Amino acid sequence: MAGHASRAQTAPIDLGGALLLIAVLGAAVAVPYCNLVLPPSSPWHVEGWVVQLLGKYLCFALLAVSVDLIWGYCGILSLGHGAFFALGGYAMGMHLMREIGDRGVYGHSELPDFMVFLNWSELPWYWTGFDLFWLAALMVLAVPGLLAFVFGWLAFRSRVTGVYLSIMTQAMTYALMLAFFRNDMGFGGNNGLTDFKDLLGYDLQADATRAGLFAASALALVFGYLACRRLVTSTFGQVLIAIRDAESRTRFLGYRVEHYKLVAFVVSAMLAGVAGALYVPQVGIINPGEFSPANSIEIVVWVAVGGRGTLYGAAVGAVLVNYAKTYFTGAMPDVWLFFLGGLFVAVTVLLPRGLTGLFRGVRGPSAFGRGAAGG
Amino acid sequence: MSARVRTAAAAGVVGLAALVSGAALAQDAPPIKVGILHSLSGTMAISETTLKDVMLMLIDRQNAAGGVLGRPLEAVVVDPASNWPLFAEKARELIEQDEVAVVFGCWTSVSRKSVLPVFEELNGLLFYPVQYEGEESSRNVFYTGAAPNQQAIPAVEYLMSEDGGAAERWVLLGTDYVYPRTTNKILRAFLNANGITDADIFENYTPFGHSDWQTIVGQVKAFASAGKRTAVVSTINGDANVPFYKELANQGISAEDIPVVAFSVGEEELAGLDTAPLVGHLAAWNYFMSVDTEDNADFIDAWLDFIGDDARVTNDPMEAHYIGFNMWVQAVSQAGTTDVDAVRQAMYGQRARNLTGGVAVMNTNHHLSKPVLIGEIQDDGQFETVWSTDGVVVGDAWSDYIPESAKLTADWTYPWVCGNCEAPRFPVTAE
Amino acid sequence: MRTVPVRPGPAVPCGLPAAARPIVRLCLVALVLLAFAVPAGATTDDDQFAAAVDALALGSYNDRVAAIEALAALGDPRAVAVLEALMARDLYTRKDTGAVVIGAPADSRRQVRPVDPVTGTIGEPVRTRSLAKIRVNNRVRRAIRSALGALTLADPEPARRLDAAQAVFTARDPDQLVPVRRALEHEADPDVRAALVQAAAAIELAAGSPAERLAAIAVLAESSDPAVQALLSERLLDRDGAPVEPDDEVRAAAADALDRIEQRIAMWRLVGDVYRGVSLGSVLLLAAIGLAITFGVMGVINMAHGEMVMLGAYTTFVLQDAIRTHAPGLFDWSLLIAVPLAFAVAGLVGIAIERGVIRFLYGRPLETLLATWGLSLILQQAVRTVFGPTNREVGTPDWMQGAFETAAGITLTYNRLVIIVFALAVFAVLLAVIRKSAFGLEMRAVTQNRRMASAMGIRTGWVDALTFGLGSGIAGIAGVALSQIDNVSPNLGQSYIVDSFMVVVFGGVGNLWGTLAGALSLGVANKLLEPTVGPVLGKILVLVAIILFIQKRPRGLFALKGRAVEA
Repeated sequence: MAGHASRAQTAPIDLGGALLLIAVLGAAVAVPYCNLVLPPSSPWHVEGWVVQLLGKYLCFALLAVSVDLIWGYCGILSLGHGAFFALGGYAMGMHLMREIGDRGVYGHSELPDFMVFLNWSELPWYWTGFDLFWLAALMVLAVPGLLAFVFGWLAFRSRVTGVYLSIMTQAMTYALMLAFFRNDMGFGGNNGLTDFKDLLGYDLQADATRAGLFAASALALVFGYLACRRLVTSTFGQVLIAIRDAESRTRFLGYRVEHYKLVAFVVSAMLAGVAGALYVPQVGIINPGEFSPANSIEIVVWVAVGGRGTLYGAAVGAVLVNYAKTYFTGAMPDVWLFFLGGLFVAVTVLLPRGLTGLFRGVRGPSAFGRGAAGG
Repeated sequence: MSARVRTAAAAGVVGLAALVSGAALAQDAPPIKVGILHSLSGTMAISETTLKDVMLMLIDRQNAAGGVLGRPLEAVVVDPASNWPLFAEKARELIEQDEVAVVFGCWTSVSRKSVLPVFEELNGLLFYPVQYEGEESSRNVFYTGAAPNQQAIPAVEYLMSEDGGAAERWVLLGTDYVYPRTTNKILRAFLNANGITDADIFENYTPFGHSDWQTIVGQVKAFASAGKRTAVVSTINGDANVPFYKELANQGISAEDIPVVAFSVGEEELAGLDTAPLVGHLAAWNYFMSVDTEDNADFIDAWLDFIGDDARVTNDPMEAHYIGFNMWVQAVSQAGTTDVDAVRQAMYGQRARNLTGGVAVMNTNHHLSKPVLIGEIQDDGQFETVWSTDGVVVGDAWSDYIPESAKLTADWTYPWVCGNCEAPRFPVTAE
Repeated sequence: MRTVPVRPGPAVPCGLPAAARPIVRLCLVALVLLAFAVPAGATTDDDQFAAAVDALALGSYNDRVAAIEALAALGDPRAVAVLEALMARDLYTRKDTGAVVIGAPADSRRQVRPVDPVTGTIGEPVRTRSLAKIRVNNRVRRAIRSALGALTLADPEPARRLDAAQAVFTARDPDQLVPVRRALEHEADPDVRAALVQAAAAIELAAGSPAERLAAIAVLAESSDPAVQALLSERLLDRDGAPVEPDDEVRAAAADALDRIEQRIAMWRLVGDVYRGVSLGSVLLLAAIGLAITFGVMGVINMAHGEMVMLGAYTTFVLQDAIRTHAPGLFDWSLLIAVPLAFAVAGLVGIAIERGVIRFLYGRPLETLLATWGLSLILQQAVRTVFGPTNREVGTPDWMQGAFETAAGITLTYNRLVIIVFALAVFAVLLAVIRKSAFGLEMRAVTQNRRMASAMGIRTGWVDALTFGLGSGIAGIAGVALSQIDNVSPNLGQSYIVDSFMVVVFGGVGNLWGTLAGALSLGVANKLLEPTVGPVLGKILVLVAIILFIQKRPRGLFALKGRAVEA
């Protein structure tokens, strides 16, 4: 259907993407500057909590971009992407727990507080090595990547598509949520991992660390966006789009559809893991609630609100929806769900191409519905 | 929620009216902001919304009585939506953006753990009103709910006593999270110390919101058929309780055969249940709506008027907020400022009347001394007190029954000035 | 045999829900009056009896238990009324005279009519404030029940004789052997007979000669009651592992009997697990079957499905509320009345949703997910605003309460039984509607080939709306059933949505039989795993199994054949 490649689909960067990159890179410099250098009296001073909040939004934006890569360009609607995000977060959280060392409540040199408390005598084997940052960083990529590889390999090979695939990803994240809620798993149960002290020796409570994490999140978003953009504008990306629009036809043309999907799925899961790893030190907690199916649905909603199949739209959607949530839960705590729910309904019915679709021309990715459904 | 002034509200406000009545409430005095951090949506809304409402009522009543320091109180309500990272975000927003003087909030342990670093970093003040697992004493949090030694241990002692049925075999049922795990760990140590072997203890954990209790209730029945008197200690949380009690009733487990004592079931949870088949099952709390005192009657009247629904009930966390709020008002009045450090110092030894009679005292470990009541469920959805402590019980931040924590002390006054230390921070000088 | 006054059997209405309480009170009055109406062959003089009754009011719970035992030991039939009143917390002391009276209901709730326990005279109504309630706790209630057991072995009501026999079995008091034997001579009811034989055997096992013990074991070996199992194993080994039974032959017989009982119990446990599995499966079926229409047939990923279930449950709540205030007599019928109402409410909301939102999204199935997700947030918050965030009480009619006790202590509860039957009935009706009715035909035509159906003159728009309404209405009906076993709160729907999707996908989208098979097999699998690995791990294993199964059969258990699937 959307067979021929328009210029916007092959150019290294489209206009929306360029604007996004400029904004994020600008923020990566300006926000830490306004926070750290400008005196609090300055009208341009940015307070610490705003920096943290913006950092959180950027992590969500990266997560949304990763979902858009597979949904917008490959027609895989994952209702379980929160799982990859949370796994990345847990990997980072485990490192942060080990960093606490003997500064925990019970002063144990090796075991985190919750293990001391539940009478564990030694670290379970899967915690070994997480005191090394490089290993934890590797795990942030490897664990979500591996899960995505195994899950995707099974699912794509046996041609589980469309709604079936979506529900299976939901089952996956739901099963993981139940598993992580169990205290016997050794991940802190419902309380999750919390009470972090520092990262690479930098105090997490310090303004400079926060600004640094913000800048890191911004750079990760830029990098993630560029990587995805590179992927979808290459020949590889053209095949992905072909799969999205007509999977059987692509297969009949001789492409190994499942390989293309698998690569996109694994890359996307790894990006989600990075987003999770950056998110955890900024919010200070990782808990099995991040695995909840509702969370994953929300991620998809961000992408839809921003506009699918554009990458930058996903990022914009994530920031806008989360800003709305921050604002409404404070300003009108009793009725904010009406607004949020209404926004989702209105966007899907009135703006099928999302908010950024308002500013896009009539060209560009079109005719999503049938293709994206896949089943 | 507009703040409405109620004339009847003045009654019952802990003798404070006298302190401030002289100072006319200046119309243009800037209000003191009070943050309310309770989930109004999501899974915890079911419990926490009531606490938001009770705070609004207390603030109304305080304003009607002249506010604090001649300034009116202004409630700042936010909705953390049962989302733990959002709790931290909202806590930061309340302290940094809204600049509230104090926050009343949180219900689950994980929400408290999530906001804790924020309060400690920004030197905020949190009043936490729910019974919890202990093992914590933050300089920025006052714990007005029960610690395990104010709820679990007395309840088990009662059931072991002749009056309570002399139970010899114990089922510990809980939701799989830190509060039940800790409570059961403490209880197991306590039971072992009282000569009950592990063979006579059955421990089981279920996930949040567990709704199919057929198998577990069947297991309890089987466990109890061993000939010894069996009792169940339930730390089942929230939504899971209603299906649990329905299953108990349906499988015909009566309180005379196997009494169930719960630490998370109060009047509010029973409101969704037909309690006739549950008569005799127990709960341990520091407060019951049925307790017959003048203060309690006034409080219930004010609450029913405020909420405009006679079917509503009051419960223990509401009393915890009542005590905590009154203490905070007293401490601010005493300190003459809302400055957190000054208020914290003024909190120690602060006394406020319980709704159940007697006086609660804030200790230097940030936990309250409160009476413990054990009640049996009645067919009208209320509890009837069958046992209570003679005086008040001091809340323990660190349990004596857990080896790692038995050696820790929480005391925020000189020379300790520490929430979890084995030795004082400052040298102890001989007199 | 003494003649005992005939009274209405209280076993049925006592201890039942709020609505039934006035009836219980009435029956209590009748009971009290009848107890005195027939001049019973009183074995004690009035003074002795009065003193024993007055002792109930004094001292601690300990003293009260002693007083109850003393009162029961008198064997006076008048004691039954007194003890039952104490059990129901209707026994008072007058604050003025200190006399113990039974409180019978008066016209006003603030008053009671004092009944003299000795003479049965009913006094003028007095204010409740002038009376002090005699407090009881579990231990006191247990003492009452055991005392009543001894007093009621000869009761005309079989159910009460059964209770009494069970009380004797638990107490194992050698003094009771003679009354039990005497009762056996006259007992005609087979259940009560069996219980009495078992009770006698239990007493003899503890106190009889070796020969009697052997005979007792032979009797007990036929039981599959876990209490008997416990009794025998206690007889074999005491708490510290030392043998209790001195006689070798008896010990061997006991061990053998224990084995047989354990085997039977294990078999019954399995039956029980399967029953629970079917019961869980029927709940899943109810929750999922509406989704099988909206999602399975129409392809709408309806995330607001759970909220339709919730609307059904709240409809039941509102209806019961109205019935309680306007027509209490109809309460037993409330659930049946709620079924069509819930169907209508949820169905109309469903039609509104379809006309207002979903019809703009046909051909974009994944986007329906987003819109309905938004709708579910709105519906939840709307219910929270209207009904408040707390749980609402939905009562259970009398006929759904209680349970059917099988052997081995496995309880098959009536409400679950009703839900199983109900789920299957809903399934059958739905199947009939789709297969046999004209609407069902049009519905299938539209979903299979919209254009052609339209060309044949079917108003596809209306069929869409009605189909969605049907699916939603069925979800509403599920809400009526779920209100009986779960919280009625704004979060009700959320807890079922993931499971419902699992069931439909596992069973095969678009196939109702698949949904049935999926729901039942998931339910049974969960429940068979639960006793060994616990509920959480069981659920995780089932989820992983589903994920793997879908790899094998990407279209579920019952896949639709043909090209329509690919559309």
